[in-house]
Amino acid sequence: MFQVRFHGRGGQGVVTAAELLAAAAFSEDRHAQAFPSFGSERMGAPVMSFCRIDDQLIRTHEPVTEPDALIIQDPTLLHQADLFAGLGTDGYMLINSTRSFEELGLDEFVKDFRRDRLLVVPASSLALTHLGRPLPGGVMLGGFSALTGVVSLDSVLAAIGEKFTGQVAAGNVAAARAAFEFVRDEREALTDA
Amino acid sequence: MPYQRIKFYQTGSFAVGNRLLEQDQRSVQSRSERSNTLTCGHRACQGCGEALGARYALDAVMRATRGQMIAVNATGCLEVFSTPFPQTSWQIAWLHSLFGNAPAVASGVAAALKAMGRTDIRVVGQGGDGGTVDIGFGCLSGMFERNDDVLYICYDNQGYMNTGVQRSGATPPAARTATTQAVGDRPGNSFGQGKSAPLIAMAHEIPYVATATVADLRDLEYKATRAMDFRGARYLHILVPCPLGWGSDPADTIKVARLATESGLFPVFEAETGDVVSSTPIRHRVPVADYLRIQARYAHLFRPTERTEVIARIQAAADRNIGRFGLLPDHHSAERAVVPVSAPAAGQ
Amino acid sequence: MLKQIEGSRAVAEAVAMCRPRVICAYPITPQTHIVEALSAMVKTGELNAEFLNVESEFAAMSVAIGACAAGARAYTATASQGLLFMSEAVYNAAGLGLPIVMTVANRAIGAPINIWNDHSDSMSQRDAGWLQLFAETNQEALDLHIQAFRIAEEMSIPVMVCMDGFLLTHASERVDLPSPDQVDAFLPPYVPRQVLDPDDPVSIGAMVGPEAFTEVRYLAFERMRQALDVIRDVAIGFQAEFGRVSGGLIRPYLTDDAEVVVVALGSVLGTVKDAVDDLRAGGMRVGVLGITAFRPFPADAVREALDGTSRHVVVLERAIAPGTSGGIMTADIRMALASAGLGCRSVQHVSTVVAGLGGRAVTRRSLCAMLTDAADGSLEPLTFLDLDTGLVGRELDRMSATRRSGPSAENMLRDLGITASRIG
Repeated sequence: MFQVRFHGRGGQGVVTAAELLAAAAFSEDRHAQAFPSFGSERMGAPVMSFCRIDDQLIRTHEPVTEPDALIIQDPTLLHQADLFAGLGTDGYMLINSTRSFEELGLDEFVKDFRRDRLLVVPASSLALTHLGRPLPGGVMLGGFSALTGVVSLDSVLAAIGEKFTGQVAAGNVAAARAAFEFVRDEREALTDA
Repeated sequence: MPYQRIKFYQTGSFAVGNRLLEQDQRSVQSRSERSNTLTCGHRACQGCGEALGARYALDAVMRATRGQMIAVNATGCLEVFSTPFPQTSWQIAWLHSLFGNAPAVASGVAAALKAMGRTDIRVVGQGGDGGTVDIGFGCLSGMFERNDDVLYICYDNQGYMNTGVQRSGATPPAARTATTQAVGDRPGNSFGQGKSAPLIAMAHEIPYVATATVADLRDLEYKATRAMDFRGARYLHILVPCPLGWGSDPADTIKVARLATESGLFPVFEAETGDVVSSTPIRHRVPVADYLRIQARYAHLFRPTERTEVIARIQAAADRNIGRFGLLPDHHSAERAVVPVSAPAAGQ
Repeated sequence: MLKQIEGSRAVAEAVAMCRPRVICAYPITPQTHIVEALSAMVKTGELNAEFLNVESEFAAMSVAIGACAAGARAYTATASQGLLFMSEAVYNAAGLGLPIVMTVANRAIGAPINIWNDHSDSMSQRDAGWLQLFAETNQEALDLHIQAFRIAEEMSIPVMVCMDGFLLTHASERVDLPSPDQVDAFLPPYVPRQVLDPDDPVSIGAMVGPEAFTEVRYLAFERMRQALDVIRDVAIGFQAEFGRVSGGLIRPYLTDDAEVVVVALGSVLGTVKDAVDDLRAGGMRVGVLGITAFRPFPADAVREALDGTSRHVVVLERAIAPGTSGGIMTADIRMALASAGLGCRSVQHVSTVVAGLGGRAVTRRSLCAMLTDAADGSLEPLTFLDLDTGLVGRELDRMSATRRSGPSAENMLRDLGITASRIG
């Protein structure tokens, strides 16, 4: 089973991102479960969502306490407590930022982890460019695909196409693809280094 | 010598007897084919205004709908005295659910009929003042707001009579009830804002709102019939004296209701989409004291001493109604009195 | 057809396929997505029904009562406070024998106000005379609604389909949605046992006094007992038609040779099964008994499932009965084990574990630890799983130190430091 935890703020599409990831896995004939950390509807409040992906039926309904990957859509959450709770040293992390881990003040933190699995992707700016709005959710999944390979880029793009229509879909698809390429290049640079 | 046509009137009123009217003008109750919706054998008190009002109102609706009617009844006197297990005096499809939900249940019946393509069957929701004005008020307002196709009839005897005469939101100021007893410095019900369900119904701008009493049964039949000309939410508020709760003589039920209207305390009118379109003028105005005096629930206003200031406040409320609804031709008011359609042919 | 959708959406689609004629609802978290989806389906004409936006839950159940009495298939949904607010009408619907189907998106009852999952709402209505079926998964949630209409209409008893709020309603899982034709074949049109019909008038809802009330209630009691067979048979029929196990009375998992058996309702069963698999791998003989039909309580089936090797029954409860020895379902289990003079020879201990109140996560880790205690005999008769005893202790100290200690809930929240993103 592969478990992902998303962090963001209300209104940023954190729940949608988890559902899109589940839809991508579903299209690959895998079992997936996506759910939010539940709270009253409120814009701007910190929210989490979760996604589990497995080849067999997912029975559990407990929260994801030991994620295999963290997707952080809002870097302003970074220095709040417990954002990284449960992430193993082999874990993946993808942060929506134009700045590096070092610039984000996380260089101490990353020492315990596999460096090639902790990456940033400027999802909001890519979204602004391709979509016209800084909505990073689907875009991050393009990066996630490149980072982990848990779902293919095609599956992510198909899921986006199912969920959204017209220009919104096209913009998201373009941005997700750009994010995929960005992360793929970033990984290669790190692996080569 | 010119031949003087002899005219007959019902004693104490100006209503013309059915024998003197054309067939199509006769009351529903006078017809042998009347539905007897609420038939005999029920357990109402002697002189019960509600039993009288319900029979007249529902038979009129049954006539207007050719018998295609379903009634939903709130808990209360009417429900209790009409269905003592294992008997029922209802000769119609009738449902009793709870005290506070009759308007909502009626909405449900109407929705079902609409969904099943049977809008030829009409729905009446009915209850007492308690079930309508207090505990059922949320549901009533919801039904109005959705404009569900329901005629809701409130039988107003101004208190929770079935449970032993307790005060309701419709209990008038100064009236004695078991929870507003005639003791202390200010005996009887407090003077408050009052809650006029008819005016509130009008504020919802529903198609038809009307008030009536058992003193003018022809008018009551007319209004029940008229209500069925409309689709959507309709409200009929009927004053029905309760001899037990009001402490009036069972034989005086109709008389008490007449005094309520003739004093101005209970205005009789019709409204459509929030505007008054007709009001029944007062023929022989009486001071409120005449009305209060024959009900033991107001006895404390007269004995041991006459509470003139209280009676004056009640009079002021009556005066206000008269002005507001244009109940006297010589009163200045925003709405001019309109002669109602139901005016008897003679004696005008 | 396989779909990856939110539980609420799955339920809405299943309900729509059941062709309700009247849907009436008042919004309350976490049921909102169900009624929102249905309202859209009605508005587009995809679902041919009357949708009433009512002014309260009390009105919602009342509208359903009127609609059902008039012969229409009626549906509503609620949770928690809403279920309480309509409680009078809930009892009324059962007493009148009206086959309404209602989703209860299980949520805790306040005070303190809490929007997260537990079973206190359904439990509060367990004696109202409704059938109560609990879904383990989103698949079962949608399946149970289809079965519910059939069971309700066959028995003239209303049915509550209980699904865990948020955990199921707001979780996107893979489900297999049947086709409308399949549902039509399984669920015939509603033929009422009693109906308001001007051409054949009856009075429904008469007052019944001491001379007959006992008999009327006995009949309701007896019909609830008969419902056990109908629930079981409908599930068998469902499996034949739709090809999967769903509904029914109980769902045993590895109980045949289990020494310790967990009994539970709802979505926690999935997590429990994971815990059971972990412990089995370590050699513990543990199993789990899911209860699908909570009302009527399947006493015979429970006893048969537990009688044999099980020594210790652990009842996992997501609700409490204040003022008692703790458990609600525990009492039903105990009665089942001791019933009819047959007794249950093997079971020596029945423990209550209260878990997941107000949305507190029930974790595999905690379950494993608790079951290990059960196996080695150190589990108390009543346990509040993962209780923060320090937090409780500090509030008790505050209360004994001064009379004006303030509202307990707020004190404890302040003590905790409110962290919105805390997991569990």
